[in-house]
Amino acid sequence: MISSTSETILSIENLHASVEDQEILHGVNLVVKEGEIHAIMGRNGSGKSTLSKVIAGHPSYKIESGSIQFKGKNILELEPEERARIGIFLGFQYPVEIPGVSNLEFLRVATNSRRKELLKSELDTFQFEDLVKDRLKIVEMNPAFLERSVNEGFSGGEKKRNEILQMALLEPIISILDETDSGLDIDALRIVASGINRLSQPNSATILITHYQRLLNEITPDFVHIMADGKIIKTGNKELAIDLEKSGYDFIDKNTKEKERAK
Amino acid sequence: MKSSTICQEWLDSLPSTEGFLKKEQSIGREFLLEKGLPSNKDEAWRLSNFKKLNSFLTLPTIIDNEDIKSIFPEKDENRERIIINPNKNSILNINLPNGIEELNNKEIEENLGQIVKLTNIKNDISVCLNQASSLEILALKVKRNFNHSLEIIIPSIKEKSISTRILFLIEEGAKLDLLQIFLGKNNSAQNHLIEIKLESKAEFTHGLISLGEEKESSSICTLAVDQSEKSKYSLHSILHGWDYARFEPRIIQSEGEASTIIKGLQVTKAKEQIATHSLIRFEGPNGKLDQLQKAVASENSHCIFNGSIEVPQKAQKTEAAQLSRNLLLSKRARIDTKPELEIVADDVRCTHGATVSQLQDEELFYLLSRGIDNRHANSLLLQGYYDEVISHFPKSACKWSFIEKLIKDITK
Repeated sequence: MISSTSETILSIENLHASVEDQEILHGVNLVVKEGEIHAIMGRNGSGKSTLSKVIAGHPSYKIESGSIQFKGKNILELEPEERARIGIFLGFQYPVEIPGVSNLEFLRVATNSRRKELLKSELDTFQFEDLVKDRLKIVEMNPAFLERSVNEGFSGGEKKRNEILQMALLEPIISILDETDSGLDIDALRIVASGINRLSQPNSATILITHYQRLLNEITPDFVHIMADGKIIKTGNKELAIDLEKSGYDFIDKNTKEKERAK
Repeated sequence: MKSSTICQEWLDSLPSTEGFLKKEQSIGREFLLEKGLPSNKDEAWRLSNFKKLNSFLTLPTIIDNEDIKSIFPEKDENRERIIINPNKNSILNINLPNGIEELNNKEIEENLGQIVKLTNIKNDISVCLNQASSLEILALKVKRNFNHSLEIIIPSIKEKSISTRILFLIEEGAKLDLLQIFLGKNNSAQNHLIEIKLESKAEFTHGLISLGEEKESSSICTLAVDQSEKSKYSLHSILHGWDYARFEPRIIQSEGEASTIIKGLQVTKAKEQIATHSLIRFEGPNGKLDQLQKAVASENSHCIFNGSIEVPQKAQKTEAAQLSRNLLLSKRARIDTKPELEIVADDVRCTHGATVSQLQDEELFYLLSRGIDNRHANSLLLQGYYDEVISHFPKSACKWSFIEKLIKDITK
């Protein structure tokens, strides 16, 4: 799906970000173009989730320097809801439970916010129910989950399906899926992965944050990046993920030591 | 003006009554003459805003012939409606359905004032304020094994104070689903005393929507319930929009073996003060209580909850749970919450807890990250917070638009 004329969707340059005065990202560079699937791997604490939250505009993180551009436009001044409306989607590693808020109503309000941005008409309750029933098929989700409170009492797998359902409804331009595969059994992983594949469009892109190569067996990435200490230290193709699975992250330490010696 | 002078002037201004309430009136007036209004030395009134209480008493209770001009939502087909209009001679304005009757003289004499007396509250000022000022009584019974739904609306009169007295007797095995609506108006006051006696195996589902509207409306409401064995009483209440409100639900399980559910929500804004002082006492074994009290305080407002639970020696095997959950939405708002459990019996399961928090940042970010704007996201979260109480109201209660009001007033 990638062609030489593909437009850049996301461009991150020398991004430094901190939380509670502690710098977590130490200069991230990343360019994502239309039609691309990127995988970001790395140890716990390497900054993967922070990067995803910073792109989505989480208020706890402070940008120290650098830039994030979405379709050529600086998004650092945009509120999280504005980023979502222009087509940036974050699939949460731990989807939040919101007691008392109906999942169906939440999905409808969110969908209409995005539709408004796309200059599409807002959907009333009945129109939305038709749409959501159709999209439920993508993640093979039981409609009973629509009647419950947002993510409340959902199993880990159900929560992740609910995330992909939101992705299916919001039709984002870039989806950043933070450990969508964690907590999924083999069947659920296949369903979720097939949903993500079905939702990939030539004019959209996906960033998968994952620890395991098993997700990448289901969704073939065009690029695999390895993050360590708040930076992308290595970029390759799917083979890199396979190597990583075989030899672990030790080679990163080796690399770091060699670099230090060279200094 | 000193509060003693205000009290004296208020008592002097009250019209007198005849009939069942004559004796009650003199009890209330004598008490207030002797003891006067409460002060911050009275524990139960310690946090009360006395300026607001005093202005509650400055409104006249004189009745004129002007009719209440409020327009109410349509009544449900299966729920009879009573509108209490103090300007009309007869308090009862409907033909009662088969199975509901007015209490006869003997029944009123036997029960009036007796239920509230069971609560044993010393210096019972809220009750005395009502006794001194109530002129008429609505006294009804639901006959044995009948099952009914009723709605009682008590509107306010602008720049006036009204007092209502209600007595319900629910006979053995009977069921009543009551939706009560109190509506405030600009510069008005309401004062209610409701007594309910549940005979054995009786069931009472009680929804109470208390909405002060516009500016400076006040409400004081005392609710006393006497539960016989195997009776079930559930109370779902919402208090909002009053400049000053005080709600005192008191439930006595006089024989034990009964079940009580209380889900209360009070929501304040501006400089309002709303307080709930609940008392639940178990006078016999195997009683059950599930109590949840929620509060949301914004701007400069103040929410108060005092929750007493008494489990004496004879109330073995009582199971009681009380939880007070509070949302503080502004740095200038204030929440006081005090669970008070007095447990003497040794074989009981009683739990209590109190939390004060703000809207959860992670929940808010989750909604924002889906494109939902800040205001709408806050509304959804508040709606979710209210849901634990609101979801227990009958669906038809929504026509009173209280949910919209609860959200609009707080997210404005």
